Amino acid sequence: MTFWLVLTVNSITFGGLLFLLSAGFSLIFGLMRIPNLTHGSLFMLGAYFGATFIGGYLTLQFDFWVAAVLAALSVAVFGAVIERLLLRQLPGQQMAQVLVTLGISFMVADFCLLLWGGDPINVATPQGLAGFVRAGPAVFPLYRLGVIAIAAAIAAALWLLLDRTRLGAMIRAGVDDPDMARVVGIRVSQLFTIVFALGAGLAAFAGVVGAPILSVYPGLDQDMLPLALVVVILGGSGSLLGSFVGSIIIGFIYNFGQALFPELAYFVLFLPMLLVLILRPQGLFGRFVP
Amino acid sequence: MSRKLTRRQVVAGAGAAAAALKFPAPAIAQSQPFKLGLLTVKTGPLAQGGIQMEQGVVTFLKEKNYTMAGRKVDFISADTGGNPAGTKTKAQELVERDKVDVILGPLAAFELYAISDYIKQQKMPTLSLAAADDLTQRHANPFLLRASATSSQAMHPMGHYAATEMKLKRVVTIVEDFAFGYEQMGGFQAAFEKDGGCVVNKLWPPIVTPDYTPYLAQISGCDGVCQGFAGSNPLRFMKQYAAAGLKYPVVTGETGGDDALLKSFGEEAVGLVSCCPYTLDLETDGNQRFVNGMLKNFDTVPGFYAAGLYVNCQVVEAGLKALNGDASDKEKFMAALKAVSLADTPRGPIKFDHLNNVVGTFYIRRLQKEGAKYGLKLWNKTIKTYDNVSQFWTWPEQEFLAHPVYSRNYPPLKGC
Amino acid sequence: MRRHQIALLAAAVALVTLPYWMSGVYYINVASQILFFAVFALGLNIIAGYGGLVSLGHAALFGISAYVVGYLLQHGFGHASAILGALLAGLAATAVYAALALRATGIGFIMITLALGEILWGLAYRWISVTNGDNGINLHGRPQPFGIDINSATAFYYATLIVFVAAVAAVAVFVRSPLGAALMGTRDQPRRMNALGYHVWAIRFWACMFSGLLTSVAGILFVYYTQFISPQTLALTSSAEVLLMVIAGGAGTLLGPIVGAGLVVVVKSVVSGFIERWNFLLGAIFVAIVILMPEGLVPGTVRLWRRAWQGKNGTSP
Repeated sequence: MTFWLVLTVNSITFGGLLFLLSAGFSLIFGLMRIPNLTHGSLFMLGAYFGATFIGGYLTLQFDFWVAAVLAALSVAVFGAVIERLLLRQLPGQQMAQVLVTLGISFMVADFCLLLWGGDPINVATPQGLAGFVRAGPAVFPLYRLGVIAIAAAIAAALWLLLDRTRLGAMIRAGVDDPDMARVVGIRVSQLFTIVFALGAGLAAFAGVVGAPILSVYPGLDQDMLPLALVVVILGGSGSLLGSFVGSIIIGFIYNFGQALFPELAYFVLFLPMLLVLILRPQGLFGRFVP
Repeated sequence: MSRKLTRRQVVAGAGAAAAALKFPAPAIAQSQPFKLGLLTVKTGPLAQGGIQMEQGVVTFLKEKNYTMAGRKVDFISADTGGNPAGTKTKAQELVERDKVDVILGPLAAFELYAISDYIKQQKMPTLSLAAADDLTQRHANPFLLRASATSSQAMHPMGHYAATEMKLKRVVTIVEDFAFGYEQMGGFQAAFEKDGGCVVNKLWPPIVTPDYTPYLAQISGCDGVCQGFAGSNPLRFMKQYAAAGLKYPVVTGETGGDDALLKSFGEEAVGLVSCCPYTLDLETDGNQRFVNGMLKNFDTVPGFYAAGLYVNCQVVEAGLKALNGDASDKEKFMAALKAVSLADTPRGPIKFDHLNNVVGTFYIRRLQKEGAKYGLKLWNKTIKTYDNVSQFWTWPEQEFLAHPVYSRNYPPLKGC
Repeated sequence: MRRHQIALLAAAVALVTLPYWMSGVYYINVASQILFFAVFALGLNIIAGYGGLVSLGHAALFGISAYVVGYLLQHGFGHASAILGALLAGLAATAVYAALALRATGIGFIMITLALGEILWGLAYRWISVTNGDNGINLHGRPQPFGIDINSATAFYYATLIVFVAAVAAVAVFVRSPLGAALMGTRDQPRRMNALGYHVWAIRFWACMFSGLLTSVAGILFVYYTQFISPQTLALTSSAEVLLMVIAGGAGTLLGPIVGAGLVVVVKSVVSGFIERWNFLLGAIFVAIVILMPEGLVPGTVRLWRRAWQGKNGTSP
């Protein structure tokens, strides 16, 4: 009983982390149709920035949440620069986009190794969230429950942004029909920069929030990118609801799949992804077939 | 913080190299520099250990002022990128282009398997850190010498200690789902059960497992846990283990409790008992010299990877001295290396068995906050030493080799 | 045309005489690697370049053939049956792969191939009784085609060169064939091709099969070259690497993948010996290519060359 309870709760908390990771990816993928293979690198870069701000290596030592926001802002600027200087010139050129995003991910990975070395960095759980919640024999780490709250808050903020603001309306119009959006006078080009920066910032924020659970180490980028892909494929690209539901479902598949079918642990994420791609290519809530 | 370590030579002109090859008379050979090649991983996810390996070599060379047995040493470091094809290419580069006299490395078992036949063909003495059991057991390679440990070598004493001193009865093992993990846990299980313990369950998360909770939820009905994680995984495992509220004592091997991780571990790792062929707190002149060198050159404390390579260099130097600096006959050189026996390495005294694997001291340490040195907050305190540990532990060699190599299914669970 | 033929002849002479002017076994081995990776890239280029179907799982097909060679040799089969078995297995795997992946195009195709690649990579890790897990399979010795020993670096280079030339010729013929033309049609105008009565799916399927054949051939050369196969060969990074060769050199051109293979292999094996941050350099090169010549090195150079030529003759607009 405890086993099932622990796994169920953990499925949701892990789903929350996945949502933070994949929301930005889904937005970028949905609006710009770019297979952004730097997403794992942006996550890792955010985690390293966050660890540096928190660790006080820059003489200033920041609070965990301040560090998370700072890391998100720095990486958002980095994302905007990538979009302005590189991706901007390659609309619709899928292969050039693959080449440049992979190229950047090589550079980011090597840059992190150069700057932070190979040793993994431990990021302490923020104060006040370090304890446990006990429910009978089951024990839940408080921080993970906190991650659910953060994910829910970010989801709500994104929903408000997309549903209640002019910017959101423009983004939705761009996702549904980029050409029509252009015709009605939406400056799609500016929109792309904003969305890419937002996606990059979200990835970096997720990197910092994930750091107390995952720690920060070389290779984190390659470990996380496939997870973002799986979530977006399952949930459907360009849909906030899709990435939210997709994240939770993947959370469940990951937890119960690994625990109940250990023989299949290596395939537990990619088999469902393959099935969805083949049976329902637009994903559960996707607005278009990628 | 850039790491400019390698003393890379620009390729010598082809003519010069060819000319040198045609006159390999010993007298000339000895006046030329001794070429020391290193296969390591300096990029990608395995770089953590790979960078430390290079630091170990450089620390030794700086201490000796880049000379061994009176010969100047040319150090050539090659980055394999952590994949087998890259390792093969780089081994060829060292052997065929740079004409090295000995190869140190590579890091991972699959890298060593990729070049095992090649070094045999080329008769290239190779001192690897890779732990794959069978390369000094059932498929021993005459040109491979291992001064570090087999995968299971540290886990044998760990199993013994867990059963006899920690009085653990029932243990769940958890380690990455690959050969290094299988061999570690096979060794632990065999030794632990020999002394009356029982392994009740073996869990195998994939190499990339961001969240160990699905496995942690299965740990029950035991009084201890044995983990064998490598790289950055021990850090994440210990953290998530504590976060899941688990309190059973945890034991581990050389990678799971590595001293190089002390600066990264959080307080949740306190109490971790590990068995390692090297320990930072060994108070001997040999170790102090090494640790000081690491601090001076790289401002970091060494772990098992750096120490392993430093010891490899000591073995090479001793072998070279025995031949008065003449390494031109590869078979003779290999024999001299095998015969090396050292009293004061950073890991204590070592010698080799007839299958070229180390016989040496293994240290049981407990991770604690007290007594930490070198600016660390945590410390591995040695609580017991096992001397002259061979890869066969206490079994007779023939009996040990008659069993299959440790695997996912061997030894089988007894269902106790 | 004249200039073309002279360049071709010069390249042929350079390749055939390479072991005589290239100093040392190591560089001859690097040349062999460039050639079989070029065959691999040519194979991927069939669907990625000419068909517009970008695969991020091709290393799995490459790896399957390599594993089959290793497995069959280990179980007492001869080289001929191992090679034949590897080709058949490679084709069979490609058929399944194509049948699944061709349910989508564009980014969907990329994602399905990526998922398939990851699944096969996991299989290579976990199906230990067949693949020996991450310890991999060692091969002992190379085959002796027509009684010729190809264990030396030079002999293996020539064997690889022959296969390489055959592969280039096959691709050249394919591109000029009706199937090749139809494939490019499905890339540029899929709807119109459909309306014209072409069976778009079948055209793409057979293109995948041809691509799979070349990939298998490259996988076999690879495993005989390294004499070792392990799961890392099937990893996503390997798939990405060969795709980068194709795109960097110039997708949809005959010469592009070959130049791309040369670039990547040289940076990885030779330049990495001199520049510690070679991964960064490789990434920077890719980004630079995208900025300066987004169509790839070969078409980009041709474009710049033409412009310079026309500029000199005063004929540019």
